[in-house]
Amino acid sequence: MRIGVFVCHCGSNIGGTVDVPGVAQVARAYPDVVFSSDTMYACSEPGQAAIVDAIREHALDGVVVASCTPRMHEPTFRRTVERAGLNRYMFEMANIREHVSWIGKDREANSNKAAELVRMAVEKLRLNAPLYPKSFDVTKRVLVIGGGVAGIQAALDCADGGIEVVLVERESTIGGKMAKLDKTFPTVDCSSCILGPKMVDVSQHPNIRLYAHAEVEKIGGYVGNFKVDVRRKATYVDWELCTGCGLCMEKCPSKKSPDAFNEHVGVTTSINIPFPQAIPKKAIIDPTSCRQFVKGKCGVCAKVCPTGAIRYDMEDQVVTEEVGAIITATGYDLFDYTRYAEYGGGRYPDVITSLQYERLLSASGPTGGHVKRPSDGKEPKTVVFIQCVGSRDRSVDRPYCSGFCCMYTAKQAVLTKDHIPDSRSYVFYMDIRANGKMYEEFTRRAMEEYGVQYVRGRVSMIVPQGDKYLVRGVDTLLGEQVEVPADLVVLAVGAESSHGAPQLAEKLRISYDNYGFFMESHCKLRPVETNTAGVYLAGACQGPKDIPSSVGQGSAAAAKVLGLFSRGRLESDPQISQVDVRRCVGCGKCITTCPYGAIEWMELRGEMKARVIETVCQGCGICTVTCPQGAIQLQHFTDNQILAEVNALCLS
Amino acid sequence: MNLAYYPGCSGLGTSREYERSTRAACTALGVKLTDIPDWSCCGSTPAHALEHALSGALSARNLVGAAKVGCDTVATPCPSCLSNLKTARHRMADDGFRAKVGRLLDQPAEKLADLPDVQSVLETLVTRVGLDAIRAKVRQPLAGLRVAPYYGCIMTRPADVMRFDDPENPTSMDDLLTALGAEVVPFPYKVECCGASYGVTRRDIVARLSGRLLGAARDAGAHAVVVACPLCQMNLDLRQTQVEWPGGRAVDMPVFYFTQLLGRALGVPDAELGLEQLCVDPAIAFRRAAQAVAARQAEEAALAAKAAAKAAQAKQAASANEGGRA
Repeated sequence: MRIGVFVCHCGSNIGGTVDVPGVAQVARAYPDVVFSSDTMYACSEPGQAAIVDAIREHALDGVVVASCTPRMHEPTFRRTVERAGLNRYMFEMANIREHVSWIGKDREANSNKAAELVRMAVEKLRLNAPLYPKSFDVTKRVLVIGGGVAGIQAALDCADGGIEVVLVERESTIGGKMAKLDKTFPTVDCSSCILGPKMVDVSQHPNIRLYAHAEVEKIGGYVGNFKVDVRRKATYVDWELCTGCGLCMEKCPSKKSPDAFNEHVGVTTSINIPFPQAIPKKAIIDPTSCRQFVKGKCGVCAKVCPTGAIRYDMEDQVVTEEVGAIITATGYDLFDYTRYAEYGGGRYPDVITSLQYERLLSASGPTGGHVKRPSDGKEPKTVVFIQCVGSRDRSVDRPYCSGFCCMYTAKQAVLTKDHIPDSRSYVFYMDIRANGKMYEEFTRRAMEEYGVQYVRGRVSMIVPQGDKYLVRGVDTLLGEQVEVPADLVVLAVGAESSHGAPQLAEKLRISYDNYGFFMESHCKLRPVETNTAGVYLAGACQGPKDIPSSVGQGSAAAAKVLGLFSRGRLESDPQISQVDVRRCVGCGKCITTCPYGAIEWMELRGEMKARVIETVCQGCGICTVTCPQGAIQLQHFTDNQILAEVNALCLS
Repeated sequence: MNLAYYPGCSGLGTSREYERSTRAACTALGVKLTDIPDWSCCGSTPAHALEHALSGALSARNLVGAAKVGCDTVATPCPSCLSNLKTARHRMADDGFRAKVGRLLDQPAEKLADLPDVQSVLETLVTRVGLDAIRAKVRQPLAGLRVAPYYGCIMTRPADVMRFDDPENPTSMDDLLTALGAEVVPFPYKVECCGASYGVTRRDIVARLSGRLLGAARDAGAHAVVVACPLCQMNLDLRQTQVEWPGGRAVDMPVFYFTQLLGRALGVPDAELGLEQLCVDPAIAFRRAAQAVAARQAEEAALAAKAAAKAAQAKQAASANEGGRA
C-alpha cells in the first residue's frame, strides 16, 4: 500500500503548539508511508489541490490528514480523495487540533501525541477496504409534527413544493400558541388576522392531510422510508359530518369544562369548538366533564346536532403513514409559575400569566376583549408586569433566557394603555432584551409614548392587601425597595419544553438537552438538522423562539426536506454492520441489543442466523461488542482495525 | 430514632417558656429527648459574621457531642441555632472546610465527615411523630381560636440548606395547628423578617417590620400569632408597645410559641407551658376564641330553630291542605 500523510498547521491553531513539520518528518518512517508533508490549511483550495496532486504524482492509494475534528471536514477530504480517483473510504483523519493543540501547551508532548495519533491513523488505513454505498428509493412525503406557526409554515412550504404532507396536531385545532395571542410585537398587528389565512390554507391545500387531535405513537424505518403510527384520539364527533355550526355548544348543559384554549380563565361547555377561527372547525367532547360520560345520561348534543354527527361510542384509531422525512415542530409550554410561592403560588386570583392576560385582551377571549380582573370582574387601573418568571433563574432550574418575554411584556403594557387609557403599568425587569429588528424601538415607545414605568429589579413578594396586591420589589437603579399597590399582576412566564418532548425525541431517536429541548446537529451550521438523517426541527421545540424565528425555521426545515427529496434516490452509508455467517451461532444477542431493529433472523440451510438490514443499520457498533463470536463486524471499524490502532499506540 | 436535644442559649434565658413547653409537649407525645452533654453556644450571629470556620467549629462541637451519646438526629427549637447547625453540617461536605474545623476542634477531620442530621422541633413533630398521631392525642382542642402562623425568615431558608417545607410558603405549622383544632387564617407574611436583632441597634426598623406583621395578623382576623423563634417572639410580644401598628395602636395580640398551644391541646397544665411569661396576656386570645365558639353556637341554634319553624309551618300547611280536601 502507498500512503500519503498531510499534517495541517491550521494557521497557528495547531502550528502554535505542535511541531507540524516535525510530525510530518516522523510520519515518513511509518509503514507504507511513501509521502508526507505539512500544509498551512489542508481544507483550503490549494491545500486540497496539493493532496490531489500528491495522490497522482506518488500513485497513493490511501491518505491520512492530521488536522481538526472529522465532524466538520471528513466529508470535505473524502470528496478530495474521490476527485483524485480513490475510494472515499481509503482516507483517515487524525484529530490533532481538538485532541492536542487546543488542550495542551507543552509543545514537545503535543508533538509526540500528534505523531502517535498519525501513526494510529496510518495503521488503521492499512486495513481499510473500499466501501460502496447502495442507493434506495425515497417516499416523497413528509410528516410534520405540531401545527403551531412553525409547523404550519413548514407544511405549507413543503406542500407548495409539490410534496405530500401529513400534519399531526395534538390539540383539536392547529394554530398553537400564536392562535391564543391577541396582538404580535413589534407591529401590534392582530395575531389571528395574520395566522388565520395560513390556517385556512392548511385546511384547503390539496397536498396536506391534517390529523388534528392526534399523536405520533410509533416511528420505524429510516431516512427516505419512515413508517409512522398516528393515534387519532376519539373526539366523539364524526368530523366528516360535523359542520362546525356550534348548535351543540349553545345547548350543552354542562358548562364547567376546563377551558384550555383560554388558559383556564373561566370555563366552557363540554362539547366545544375552541375558537371561531379553529381549523378544523369541528366540535369535540371532553369526556371528563360531559354528563353523558360522567353520569351516563344527557344526550342533548346528539339530539340537537342537525347532521347527527355525535358518536359517544367513538374509540381511538391508529393509522399508519409512510413518509420519507419528518419535521418536528412541537413548540413549547409555559413555565408553571405556581412554583414561585412568593408570587402566591396560584393562591391569588388576580396574579395571572402573560398568556392568560393575552386571552383577556383578545376580542375572542372569555371577556370579549375587555380587561377584567378574574376575582371581581373590575377593570384594573394599576397593572404590574413581572418579567423573568421561570427564566434566568437557577433556583427553579431555568437558567436560560426565554427570549420573547421582554417583547411581549412591552406589547401587553402598550395594549393595556390602549384598553384602559387611565391605567398605569409597571414592568419589573432584569435586563431588556430587545435584539430583533424594530424591537428596541418598540420597547422605547412603550416607555416614552405609552408612559410604561420600567423598574429595574426583581419582585420579592406579592401580598394581598384589601382588594389590591402589594408588589414589593427593588429598584436597583435607585438602590431602594419599592412597593406598588396593584389591581392586577401579570407574570411574564418563561418557556419550557413541550410536555412529552423527551418521549417524542426517543421515538424519533434524536437528542434533547437537559431541559427537554431538541438538539440541532450543529448549533451554528446545521440549526434545523438533527443527528438522525431525515429528521428536522422547526420552531420552539429546539429552544425558545419568537414568531419570526419560528416561521424562518419552518421554511428552513421545509427547504431541507425539498432538497432531500430533489434527489431521486438516496445513498446509504456503507459503514454498517455485516454478519459473517460462518461464525454466527444464531444466539440472537445482536437482535435484542440493536436499538434500531436493524438485525433480523434468517434461515440458512436449516440454521437460524442473524442478518443486517442494510438500510436500517445506523452503524453504531453496539452489536459488534455484544456478539460473543466476533461474527458481526462494523465495516470501516472492524475489530482488526481498532486493534491495529491500539497496537500502534502501545508500540510507539 | 435517637433524638438529641439542643435547647440553645436563649432557651435558658429569654425564651425559657419555649424550652419548657417544648419539653412538656414532647413528654406528652412520648418523644424522648436526650440532652447533649456539655453543650455550648452555636456561635449565633457574631460567630458566622466574623469567621465561617469558627461558627462551623462551635456547631460541629455540639453535633460531635450528640453523636457521642449515640444520637443520629439533633432537634432544636431555635431557628437561629438550626440555621447554624445545619449550615455547619452543609459546609462540612467540603474537605478544606472540614480540615479547618478539625484543626480548631483539635479533632481529625474524618471524624467530622458523618455528623448527625439536624432538624427543628417543628420538623421532628410533623414528620417523625406525624399529624395523625398528634391529632389522636389532642384532649383539649383549640376550638374557635383563629391563629396566624408566623415561621420567621430563616426557618425554611436558604432552601438548599434547610430542606424543609416550602421556603416561601411553608405550611407545616399551619397543618399542626389545624390538627390541634385551631383555625388558621390566611397570613401572607409567614416568612417575612420581624427586624430580628435590630431591636437593639435600630429600634425603628423593628417597629416598622414587626408592626406590619401584627397589623396583617389583626386584619386577617387572627386572635393570636403563633411563632417558632425566640427572637420573633420577643419582637412581636415584648415590643408590642413599641411597634408601629398600621391604623392605630392596640396592644392585644398574644404571641404564642407553637409548643405552648400544642401542650395546651394535649392537656398539659398551663403552669408547665410558661404561659405566664408572655407579655401580652394570653387570656385575650382564649377569651376571643370562647366568644367565637359561643357566637357560632348561637348562630347554629338560630339556624336550627329557623329550620324547625319552617318544617313545622310546612307540616301545618300540609295538614291544613289535607283537612280541606277531606
